[in-house]
Amino acid sequence: MSTAHDVLILGGGGAGCSAALHLARRGARVVLFERGLVGSQASGVNYGGVRQNGRHPAELPIARRAREIWARLPELIGTDAEFEVTGHLKLARSAEEEAELAGYMEVARAHDLPLELIGSNRLRERWPWLGPRVVAGAFAPEDGAANPRLLAPALARAARAKGAEINERTPVEQIAHDGADFVVTHGGRTWRAPVALNCMGYWGGTIAARFGEAVPVAPLAPNMLVSEPIPYFIEPNMGVVGGDVYLRQIRRGNVIFGGGRGASDPAVPWARPLPESTLAAMARAVELVPRLAGIHVIRSWTGIDGEMPDGLPVIGPSRTTPGLIHAFGFSGHGFMLGPGIGAILAELVLDGRTDVPLEPFRIDRFALGSAT
Amino acid sequence: MTAMTVAVVGAGPSGTRAVEVLVRAGLRPVWVEEAPATGGRIYQRPPAGTTRSPRDLYGTEGAKAEAIHAAGDRLRAASDWRPGTLAWNIRPGVLDTFRAGRHETVAFDRAILCTGAMERIVPVPGWTLPGVFTLGAAQIALKAQGVAIGSRVAFIGTGPLLWLTATQYLKAGAAVALVLDTTPLRTKARAAAGLLADPATFAKGLALVARLHLAGVRVIEGGTPVALEGTDAVEAVRVRDRRGREHRIACDAVGLGFGLKPESQLADLAGVPFRFEAIERNWVPERDRAGRTPVAGLYLAGDGAGIAGADAAELAGARAAWAVLEDAGAALDAAEIARLDRALARLPRVRAALERAFPYPSALAARTPDATIVCRCEAITAGELRAAARASHVTGGAAEVNRAKAFTRVGMGRCQGRVCGPPAAEILADALGCDVAAVGRLRGQPPVKPIPILAEAAE
Ligand SMILES: Cc1cc2nc3c(=O)[nH]c(=O)nc-3n(C[C@H](O)[C@H](O)[C@H](O)COP(=O)(O)OP(=O)(O)OC[C@H]3O[C@@H](n4cnc5c(N)ncnc54)[C@H](O)[C@@H]3O)c2cc1C
Ligand SMILES: Cc1cc2nc3c(=O)[nH]c(=O)nc-3n(C[C@H](O)[C@H](O)[C@H](O)COP(=O)(O)OP(=O)(O)OC[C@H]3O[C@@H](n4cnc5c(N)ncnc54)[C@H](O)[C@@H]3O)c2cc1C
Repeated sequence: MSTAHDVLILGGGGAGCSAALHLARRGARVVLFERGLVGSQASGVNYGGVRQNGRHPAELPIARRAREIWARLPELIGTDAEFEVTGHLKLARSAEEEAELAGYMEVARAHDLPLELIGSNRLRERWPWLGPRVVAGAFAPEDGAANPRLLAPALARAARAKGAEINERTPVEQIAHDGADFVVTHGGRTWRAPVALNCMGYWGGTIAARFGEAVPVAPLAPNMLVSEPIPYFIEPNMGVVGGDVYLRQIRRGNVIFGGGRGASDPAVPWARPLPESTLAAMARAVELVPRLAGIHVIRSWTGIDGEMPDGLPVIGPSRTTPGLIHAFGFSGHGFMLGPGIGAILAELVLDGRTDVPLEPFRIDRFALGSAT
Repeated sequence: MTAMTVAVVGAGPSGTRAVEVLVRAGLRPVWVEEAPATGGRIYQRPPAGTTRSPRDLYGTEGAKAEAIHAAGDRLRAASDWRPGTLAWNIRPGVLDTFRAGRHETVAFDRAILCTGAMERIVPVPGWTLPGVFTLGAAQIALKAQGVAIGSRVAFIGTGPLLWLTATQYLKAGAAVALVLDTTPLRTKARAAAGLLADPATFAKGLALVARLHLAGVRVIEGGTPVALEGTDAVEAVRVRDRRGREHRIACDAVGLGFGLKPESQLADLAGVPFRFEAIERNWVPERDRAGRTPVAGLYLAGDGAGIAGADAAELAGARAAWAVLEDAGAALDAAEIARLDRALARLPRVRAALERAFPYPSALAARTPDATIVCRCEAITAGELRAAARASHVTGGAAEVNRAKAFTRVGMGRCQGRVCGPPAAEILADALGCDVAAVGRLRGQPPVKPIPILAEAAE
């Protein structure tokens, strides 16, 4: 049996599910393939940071677009995915780090990102529990955090309600281009469409390679921890210059924090936190918030994202195969972007263009880089 | 061979006998135990200064307890004994441990995990009230602290531990308000033939039951707990007898327990595959009769590898140590190994009979009322779990336990599903209309038990 669609979506993480939703809302006939369950890889196990603060300037236009959609989630997907606007506080622990925060103020202004630079004294007035090593902070009031376990499944449910075909436990193993259409076959079924979206996260690299444009994507496994619940006092989502620790507290009281890397084998796929990273993250978290000393960690975990050498994702059309569009390799910060990625991909597919500048995300930038 | 480092986790009957064999072979194993002393669960030692005799503390098992304690005392000096040490993670060749405020890694060439068992519960309405304890906690209060959990205690559940604990309370002079076994007498009678393969244990069991009857204790077999009631603490239990008549019985404490499950998180983290053991109704790690797992260099013994009881744990611990020696090419005592193998071969039959005699009341767990909390750490009710299951026909439904956890937070708290895992799986399977094995088991992650946040990273 063969079914004709407008778009095949490969991968059901945040990127793929949001693409399915935005395309289906505009009437496109889409089918999504997910090897496991939707949102069960990076999109379902991440730290949950919804952060624009400190993003690479190239990513800010996507982040601004995504942030606007985060605010509208309830009307789009029937849940806010526990998105809470707590603000994001990026901290400096030295004069050099403080200078970096100050330098970023210019970037924020250029992208209309509300951001406030706060000196040591005022920082302590507002958040008296901060540790002595903290010397300055940049506070982005629009940022916050959400529950990653809820977002991708809710996007997929909403997409299905708009007519998208969502196939879980359906790995893309055979995909071909017959000159006109992409053809996916699995379990005796065949799907075809003139457009295919590569939203396979780390594994997006295999699709790129399959169509003759291999990229240097590596597995990235951020090491995560969660504590037992303690009385709520840490309101902002917090990070540091350099990113070696980040932490937030949910209203139930648990402190979620991360830093360093775990171990992974994306071929299985398998990922496991590393005790060295776990203990180092604990020490750094106590440095930021001394009050955390002595509370208990009840679980650690990690997941697999695709990391590009320059820390930016690959987004945009294939240079080898018309109709193939990539969106993968979010390098550890694509949860926040997910809702916007779908909107941008829908524009690329249905309008042939988007207002968001995608030049920095070209798939052939690595080849170009090595040539010059 | 003398350079080989063997790590043994756990100092219960199985860990003690494993270390004994290794030490006799000239090795100096690293011996890691969370508790301050050897003895393990069943032979847990009272705090220093207790004057009660082993017979008092351990009943008919007094002599065995003494033997295990004596062996433990002897072996401490002959091994790298690390009491008060939690092994919170395992990876190839390394245990991550926490001891006396410090994180330390322990390198090993081979490891024997002897981590024991914990109790299974059924979330009877009211089970989270103050005054409700597991049977094991009730027993430890008596054994280790010499105090009872209440002055009028109701015991509810199933399994040998139910009858044993009730008898121990009776002996200690507490008033036993009720013994309710969810298993009907006829189920137990049907299993009697199998149990007779171990006549000594069978006789001990009969003696317990007789003793309770003789003392005039109210005993209900094949009954159903309806609710544990009270405002600030438990004040009464509401139960139905076999004929469906309801009774309300006053009490000031409840001991609750429905059999055991292996404490197998370390085996899970080590990558040992698990299979669903239908009779035991537990997920158990795979190993051969000698305790070898499919993971090279990793061995399992005792109740942590599947429930078999204290005597079996001693045999299995010794046998696993011999397997380590055998695999390392050491000298073997063939006659001793053959003796252990013969004794171990008799076990499954008795064990199966015991499980059939006291099955986990899965239907009772599956019927947990909507409003009752299943996951105590996160306050998740049975109704919330069922709602997650109902969504399963659409994308993003909870067709297995990890998905249910992702959506509802069941098993996400301090105990990481060690307590609520089994009943949550029963509720989910029932709501989905599938076999409990089909909903899977919760994925484990380190730490196997909570560890404190320290200001300094380990060396
Ligand atoms: C531990 C951790 C913490 C993080 N913290 C944050 C954070 O705080 N904030 C933030 O913005 N970002 C964070 N990130 C990054 C973010 O999670 C990812 O960038 C984002 O989720 C990537 O989404 P995706 O859809 O590209 O990939 P994924 O979610 O990985 O989705 C790709 C999907 O493709 C599927 N797939 C793979 N192969 C096949 C195949 N052959 N056929 C069909 N399907 C296939 C996979 O099963 C997977 O579901 C974190 C990531 C991790 C791992
Ligand atoms: C409450 C309770 C009561 C029981 N009563 C009886 C009874 O009356 N009769 C009977 O035959 N059986 C009883 N059992 C079953 C009991 O498990 C076995 O009889 C026997 O104790 C099994 O011996 P073992 O060596 O396998 O485990 P255990 O005796 O349980 O010893 C395991 C040891 O490993 C340690 N340990 C576990 N994990 C770690 C870790 N990660 N790091 C460091 N140390 C660790 C524990 O502290 C413990 O001391 C009971 C079990 C429980 C839970």
